[in-house]
Amino acid sequence: MLRFIGKRLLMMIPIMLGIILVVQIFITITPGDPVRLMSGDLLSEEEMEELRVQLGLRDPFFVRYVNYIKNILRGDFGTSYRTHRPVLTEIMSRFPYSLLLVSVSLALALAIGIPIGIYAATHQYSWKDNLSIIAALFCVSMPSFWFALMLIQLFAVKLRIFPPSGVDRWIGWVLPSVTLALEYCATIARQTRSNMLEVIRQDYITTARAKGLAERKVRYRHALKNAIIPVIMIVGQIFGRALGGSMIFEVIFSIPGLGAYTISALQNRDYPVIMSSVLILSTLFAVVLLIVDVIFALVDPRIRSQYIGKNKRKKPPVTQQPLKPLESVEGGNAS
Amino acid sequence: MNEAYRKKRSKFGEVVRRLKKNKAAVFSVFVLIIIVLVGIFADYLAPYPYDQQNYSLSFAKPSPEHWLGCDQLGRDILSRLIYATRQSLQLGILATAIAGILGITLGCIAGYYGGWVDMVIMRFLDIYQSIPMFLLCVTLAAVMGPSLRNAVLAIGISTVPLPARLMRASILTVRNQEFIEAARMCNASNRRIILKHIIPNAIAPVIVSITMTVGMNILAGASLSYIGLGAQPPIPEWGTMVADARNIMRDHAILALYPGLCIMITVLACNLLGDGLRDALDPRLKN
Repeated sequence: MLRFIGKRLLMMIPIMLGIILVVQIFITITPGDPVRLMSGDLLSEEEMEELRVQLGLRDPFFVRYVNYIKNILRGDFGTSYRTHRPVLTEIMSRFPYSLLLVSVSLALALAIGIPIGIYAATHQYSWKDNLSIIAALFCVSMPSFWFALMLIQLFAVKLRIFPPSGVDRWIGWVLPSVTLALEYCATIARQTRSNMLEVIRQDYITTARAKGLAERKVRYRHALKNAIIPVIMIVGQIFGRALGGSMIFEVIFSIPGLGAYTISALQNRDYPVIMSSVLILSTLFAVVLLIVDVIFALVDPRIRSQYIGKNKRKKPPVTQQPLKPLESVEGGNAS
Repeated sequence: MNEAYRKKRSKFGEVVRRLKKNKAAVFSVFVLIIIVLVGIFADYLAPYPYDQQNYSLSFAKPSPEHWLGCDQLGRDILSRLIYATRQSLQLGILATAIAGILGITLGCIAGYYGGWVDMVIMRFLDIYQSIPMFLLCVTLAAVMGPSLRNAVLAIGISTVPLPARLMRASILTVRNQEFIEAARMCNASNRRIILKHIIPNAIAPVIVSITMTVGMNILAGASLSYIGLGAQPPIPEWGTMVADARNIMRDHAILALYPGLCIMITVLACNLLGDGLRDALDPRLKN
């Protein structure tokens, strides 16, 4: 297991380098001059040129690339063109807000979505099932920024229950996190429902029922355990989507998070900030995907044995074969 | 080859037959056709030009002349919604087409050639996908400069990995079948094998999955427009219309309501059709 985690961590390094390269290519091939935006009309052409050289914008592509990586290794993410403060401190002061928003919403989405999915699947074809499917479809199809505005209008302006913004008290987080959660909650509910339906028709569920187990036990011990695994798998992807989706929410609910910061940096062509925010958000995404993979392996014995199998397979390639029928028999008994 | 074509056509007929049984999917097909027609014939359908201002009518209530009333600048809301259909559909459909063409090409190359070509392309896609999709979208749209065309490109480029991966997986299942072997024995060139034998047999599931992303792309486009990176004023787009109404939400929330509903109906129809298509293609998945 540790070896697996270590390997995955090592694999992240080339991906990070790749991300820096990709962002740098985007920045280089697209028009737009940060220096002109920075200075307004205050500087003369010569002074602007001097500033460009000073910022390293006139360096060749790969020199900039290597320099940037060198600086990152020293913990220097550059200084913002606009505020002239170190990017790292700015990002670190905003990062907790984004992380809190995304993780609270994701937790909410899981806490609501999975039970709804189970409920819908176990009441298939009833009006409750139909209602939850339709509700989930609506949630997936709604533009989330619009829904957020509508909720602000309803709960903050008309009913005055929740404030539309404010990050100091917990009550200010209610609207943003619930709204962000709804969309992902729908995805999770749909996924849980279809997995549950698939699992419920398997032979081992019939076996469990046939041996006289209580329906509750069949559902939660036998069916849910198997149905939940693919849901865990999509949680990582959903986290990535939520990271992107939270950018708009931070703007709407005026949360001083990384997403809102990135959007304003993009509008000002503040290259060091863009680069670092994309890098940090992607790193976070990669770490979450890694965690999901680890959880996945811990939860699912089949995957776990695969990792163990992989390490061993390198030495004796033959021993793996006769083991296989044994495994499947074991699996059949366990369920 | 004839055999392959005949088989494919009958399979297609089968899918359509199954799709026809799904009422929700048929209904959404009709809705989508109407929406597309509205987008195409906006010039004839809209009662007023989208940018005709009349300050005496600002915030006008719905009336026989202006069915949905007027916005803060006295522009007819209905006309603006009708014109906006065009931009929003463009965002969804063109972006999907770009992603599809790029992705299918990449997937074909990776799947057919395999080896180091496959490795390079797949690692490239890994890097691509490790940037959260909407972040990539916003970054691309912003560095290219805000405009409808760039938003389409940004969404298209940032959703390339999905069709690429699907196409590659689909090709891997086709690649080693006997008829490919036969084609190779007939001394067909790689190009011919890919274009005439592999793609026709591998593309169907990919096309379906891609059509299912149209709705998502419309949503992404509306989000981009909302933060000012999509369609530019005065040309209306549903996302920008919501953004325009944001400052006057307190008293005139209805102005933000209409465009949002339009987005929702379109995307809902796309999703329903997508679900229906998926069930029709693979009835085993239907619960």
